[in-house]
Amino acid sequence: MSNLSLIVVLLVLLALGYQLGMARSRKVATVNADLRMHSRPHHYGMMVGLWAVLPAFFILLLWLWLSPAVINAMVLAQLPAEVASQSADQLRVVSQRISNLANNFGVVADAAQWELNAAEHLRQLKANSAIVLTALMAVIAAVGMLFSLLKITPRLKARHQVERVVKALLVLCSTVAILTTIGIVLSMVGETLKFFSYIPPTEFFFGTTWNPRFSTVGVGEQGNFGLVPLLSGTVLIAGIAMLVAIPLGLMVAIYLAEYAPLKLRNTAKPVIEVLAGIPTIVYGFFALVTVGPFLRDLGAAIGLDINATSALTAGVVMGIMIIPFISSLSDDIITQVPKSMRDGSLGLGATKSETILKVVLPAALPGIVGAVLLAASRAIGETMIVVLAAGNSPALTANPFEAVSTVTVTIVNQLTGDNDFSSPQSLVAFALGLTLFVITLLLNVMALVIVRKYREQYE
Amino acid sequence: MTIIAENPIKTVVHPSLVQQKVVASLSRRHRKEKLFRRTGLLAVLISLALVAVLFINIFSKGMPAFWQSAITLDIYFDPKIIKIPEKPQQQADESENDFRQRYLAWQTEVGFVNFNRLITDSLQKILPDATKHRRDLARVVTSGERFALRDMVVADPAIIGQTRTLHLLTDANIDVWLKGNIDRSLPDEQQQLSPKMRQWVDQLAADGVIQNRFSLALFMNPDSRSSLASAGLAGAFMGSFYMMLVVILLAVPMGVAAAIYLEEFAPRNKITDLVEVNINNLAAVPSIVFGLLGASVLIGWFNLPMSAPIVGGLVLSLMTLPTVIIATRSTLKAIPPSIRQAALGLGASKMQAIFHHVLPLAIPGILTGAILGVAQALGETAPLLLIGMKSFVASIPASPFEQASALPVQIYLWQGNELRNFFEARTSAAIIVLLMMMISLNGLAIWLRKKYEKRW
Repeated sequence: MSNLSLIVVLLVLLALGYQLGMARSRKVATVNADLRMHSRPHHYGMMVGLWAVLPAFFILLLWLWLSPAVINAMVLAQLPAEVASQSADQLRVVSQRISNLANNFGVVADAAQWELNAAEHLRQLKANSAIVLTALMAVIAAVGMLFSLLKITPRLKARHQVERVVKALLVLCSTVAILTTIGIVLSMVGETLKFFSYIPPTEFFFGTTWNPRFSTVGVGEQGNFGLVPLLSGTVLIAGIAMLVAIPLGLMVAIYLAEYAPLKLRNTAKPVIEVLAGIPTIVYGFFALVTVGPFLRDLGAAIGLDINATSALTAGVVMGIMIIPFISSLSDDIITQVPKSMRDGSLGLGATKSETILKVVLPAALPGIVGAVLLAASRAIGETMIVVLAAGNSPALTANPFEAVSTVTVTIVNQLTGDNDFSSPQSLVAFALGLTLFVITLLLNVMALVIVRKYREQYE
Repeated sequence: MTIIAENPIKTVVHPSLVQQKVVASLSRRHRKEKLFRRTGLLAVLISLALVAVLFINIFSKGMPAFWQSAITLDIYFDPKIIKIPEKPQQQADESENDFRQRYLAWQTEVGFVNFNRLITDSLQKILPDATKHRRDLARVVTSGERFALRDMVVADPAIIGQTRTLHLLTDANIDVWLKGNIDRSLPDEQQQLSPKMRQWVDQLAADGVIQNRFSLALFMNPDSRSSLASAGLAGAFMGSFYMMLVVILLAVPMGVAAAIYLEEFAPRNKITDLVEVNINNLAAVPSIVFGLLGASVLIGWFNLPMSAPIVGGLVLSLMTLPTVIIATRSTLKAIPPSIRQAALGLGASKMQAIFHHVLPLAIPGILTGAILGVAQALGETAPLLLIGMKSFVASIPASPFEQASALPVQIYLWQGNELRNFFEARTSAAIIVLLMMMISLNGLAIWLRKKYEKRW
């Protein structure tokens, strides 16, 4: 990893520039004893270090970005004519082979002479490129360091320069979150549009059959990409989860906020919140080997035919996972309701439960609805529990005792670790992902708006 | 109130109609109150019970898998079987490369030795009727153990001709049989072990030759499909370790920097409002969407390697970023403005006030948030499946650019193994390892918070 060592050298240079700059600024200060230095010595040090490292670092990034393509083109230009005239795909295979040979990966005995030559050429080019890069960076770093060292005078506003760079860095970091969102949207919209060039959107959004045949035999044999059964499975499981989580979570929140002695509250709350920290794969395994068989046996005992992997299994376990989301958020909101409202109701003779049901809960309702929406978005986007416990059968059914499939499961199934996104079978994953993204986004925004509005009421 | 409930009539002097109604309804209302209260308590108890059931279930399933049946054998490293040339030494005039080639050739030759013969020969000494059942004999010890013998010879060829007492892992099916994870009364054709094997195994276990020993293989070995009993978590652990390294090096500094800018420097306007909404939303985007991002952008456009921890780490970093930002921001928000004003009043620049005075006070809170973010990333599975990390990797990755698995993905892979009797316990053991790591991370976060928490 010569690039890594270059970065290490840059870090060393940073430290060196820092020390040199500090020393130089102290010297300047003693020479011009009558003048006050504008900044502290470490600012001058930092400035010199940055001047030494930043330009060289940009050169490194630029080089890493551009040089592979240039080198590849130079190698291909040297190939014999009959090889060079092949199609782009074949050329890619050729250059892959050459680079393997150059890295001593391939079997040397099988290689043709021109391949060996090209590999040797490539090796040389790479070595040259590394030397040129190192030299270039050394020159630029040296120039930057010298330039900034000579610039140091009592008047130089080194602190301002350093602070400007630091601030730029901070701004850069805070744009990453935006870039991520843009990246998500752009990449998914791009691949989704590609998918819609195979399958019309109406067929995708309103089709009631999900059967993406895996081989792309012909254009007429595309398979069915109907979203409806997946969406119904998602909604079914999320609905069951909410049926489990809302009553339990809400009652837990009410009891802990209004009734529980402080000691119980302080132990029970973190223990229940442990449920939120457990990895979802653990819930999936729990559902698959424990809850599923238990529900099946329970169903058999009362004469119901329940699949071990069914919407019910996945929904119940997901509900358990979501309890702490609802209980914690609702707890916060219930405790935010002003005490005067409770006192007023109690003073009129209402019992505590009447106060809670008729005064506190209505006041907290918007916040609770927000919490429920957030929990619902979590349930819809949940993957591992459903992958393991829902049975993966994309049938349009409302029977919770049967196996179903969901949007997330299908994404996992369609992207089977293949990075060739050219068939509708793999592209559909992005269309599904975009659908999922939009649905959860809507739920989140709705929740945020409701919670914000509520917060304004009492502040 | 309770006094009224006990003597409803005495306190009322001139009962009006309304009062009568109220008094009459009191007992009903108090019953309702009690019922409501009990329902709340019940909900709390059910939730606590669910936590308990989950943990007890996983632990009771997984703990036995930390001990695995191993057979104690005196292995004679027979020179008649191990016929190999002397181990090459680097000559003075030999280049590093030539020596390496010679050494590799020698290793290959050692690899051709039938190490299974050493094991079966040793077994024959303790099993008198062994010669008639050679096929069964070869299946007592799991197939991966012959590589352990090979490695011993490679490390020190002087061992040839000596006898060593070794604890070798038995076949996975023997472990299942001895732990009673398979119904012993099943007919022969449904048993994984032949009748002869079962008789041997029971006898050896009774003699103490086969014992349950702490399974180092679970921690030291990478995953394996040919030798199920020696499948371990080391490869997945290293994969997760590299990914967490990337998350710590990328998501934490970037998240903190972003939070500092947004909380301390950014002007309050439409754009920062948008950024804030965006970050809140990003924190609630399903994790699988980040996997799609990784698959199409990191692997599709930037041509990063599939299944590599570096890609997984980048995806998880993007996923953790909002968590770190939100935690850091709330910590910064909690630090009183007087600290900043005091620093500014003494002539510090804004940058100095924040980096010298505010940030040091915020470090415990930031660390807590960062640790919780890392713990969340450690347990994440779904996005890793999409960037190819569900492929089977039988080696321990030496760098973040090599193929690797991750702990949660290993759990996913093991739960799908065909030998359910064996892997259900082993999967639970892997879950215990993962949970222990997460619990210690969370414990660290709580400890930090308790130790350094300040109330302003």
